[in-house]
Amino acid sequence: MTTGPTAAALRLQIRSDTDLSLVRQQVRAKAQEAGFGLVQQTKVVTAASELARNTLVHGGGGEMELAEVAQGGTRGLRLSFIDSGPGMADVDQALTDGYTSGNGLGLGLGGARRLVQDFQIDTRPGAGTTVTITAWAQSLGSAVHR
Amino acid sequence: MSDLDAAAPWSPQQSVADLLRQRREQIAQRWADLPLFRSVFTVTRDEAVEAAQSVADALVVVAASGRVDDIEASGFDSVRTQIGRMSAARSRAGLSVGRVAGEVAALKDAVVELLTAELAGAPVEHQHAAVLYAAELLSTLRLVAMQTMFNEGQELINRQRQQLMEVATPVIKLWHGVVAVPLIGTLDSARSQVVMENLLDAIVAQQARVAILDVTGVATVDTLVAQHLLKTVASARLMGAECIITGIRPAIAQTIVQLGIDLSDVATRSTLADALGYALDQGGLQVRRTDGRTVSAGESR
Ligand SMILES: Nc1ncnc2c1ncn2[C@@H]1O[C@H](COP(=O)(O)OP(=O)(O)OP(=O)(O)O)[C@@H](O)[C@H]1O
Ligand SMILES: [Mg+2]
Repeated sequence: MTTGPTAAALRLQIRSDTDLSLVRQQVRAKAQEAGFGLVQQTKVVTAASELARNTLVHGGGGEMELAEVAQGGTRGLRLSFIDSGPGMADVDQALTDGYTSGNGLGLGLGGARRLVQDFQIDTRPGAGTTVTITAWAQSLGSAVHR
Repeated sequence: MSDLDAAAPWSPQQSVADLLRQRREQIAQRWADLPLFRSVFTVTRDEAVEAAQSVADALVVVAASGRVDDIEASGFDSVRTQIGRMSAARSRAGLSVGRVAGEVAALKDAVVELLTAELAGAPVEHQHAAVLYAAELLSTLRLVAMQTMFNEGQELINRQRQQLMEVATPVIKLWHGVVAVPLIGTLDSARSQVVMENLLDAIVAQQARVAILDVTGVATVDTLVAQHLLKTVASARLMGAECIITGIRPAIAQTIVQLGIDLSDVATRSTLADALGYALDQGGLQVRRTDGRTVSAGESR
């Protein structure tokens, strides 16, 4: 798999509700630029919205790193949501639909995973959380739908 | 002179505080003629003089306290409201924050001139130190004015945001007992709260049986937005109204399903028109063409 960033990464801070709006706007704009169709656009923006809100609400704020990637002829976006908050002790539990430590629906993390083609969590209790997702302009044959 | 020096060594602090106290009247008279005061206190000149006096009094307190570089110095508190009022009036007159700050800084001239005259016979170092001290005091006053203006600007933005929230979520009466809210833009928690309250009020006021939430204008439906929608639907239900969500676009529908949000308990229709048709139907009403031709499928349900 040869996915390399094709352009310099963009960083956005996630410290307030306004920042969440900016994240959605930027991701939408970049997805459009990369040739995402309306459905793919909506999915990646929604996934970004979920993960950015988790960064803000559960991670105590942090940032998003956005990079354009390419594989074969297909363009994509790789987004990382980085915080140095409490981290997660049990990732499987966090990914379980309906599990929430707050009063959300508990669908954000698992939902975001279903909305994109690649999803990775790097977290340790006390050591922060980084969630990295990759979404492609077209659904690839290898797309995983969990 | 030397006796006094021995008792209390000369300090710019004391010298400036004394000058402001002793020349209070002269300073206030000169300030009252500057646009900062004159254009705000327009009724009588006395008013402007009085305002200028209270600013001078505040400066005496700050100068004597030695905290001339501190915008939080307690002496400034007494003039904050007044300076705020004057700066607000000046910016309403079309002046930029920078220009108003400049006008505040211009208060320095009168003080420095009087100070220089007062210290004409004093050692040069004293003159310099005192002028410097007075200049610092007045530039801090300028900062206080700027801070007040920025705070007011922030408050204005907050007020406008609040107003925007209210105007952006009107509840529309579509028919007797049928209300609709066209949701537009970002549905964050604060806006959702406003929508919910407006809708519930309208349901009560208009004894609505059907409430329609149209999300055509909502760009992203994530779990938080969905949760707000579900809560709104549930509360409308408690008020005795049936709630229908309309305008869920195909891309959003797919996304909602993949997120795992369960809308199966919620009535949905693809368009506002469909929901209205349904509501009329429920109310025992029917839409009929007046020319006797049958209503085509697209026009009715
Ligand atoms: N960045 C993070 N740092 C720490 N804990 C996290 C982070 N992201 C998620 N979690 C944990 O995982 C749980 C599940 O997250 P998920 O996004 O699925 O649900 P939620 O945020 O609680 O509610 P919502 O459905 O509104 O997103 C959270 O309640 C939280 O305990
Ligand atoms: Mg979440």
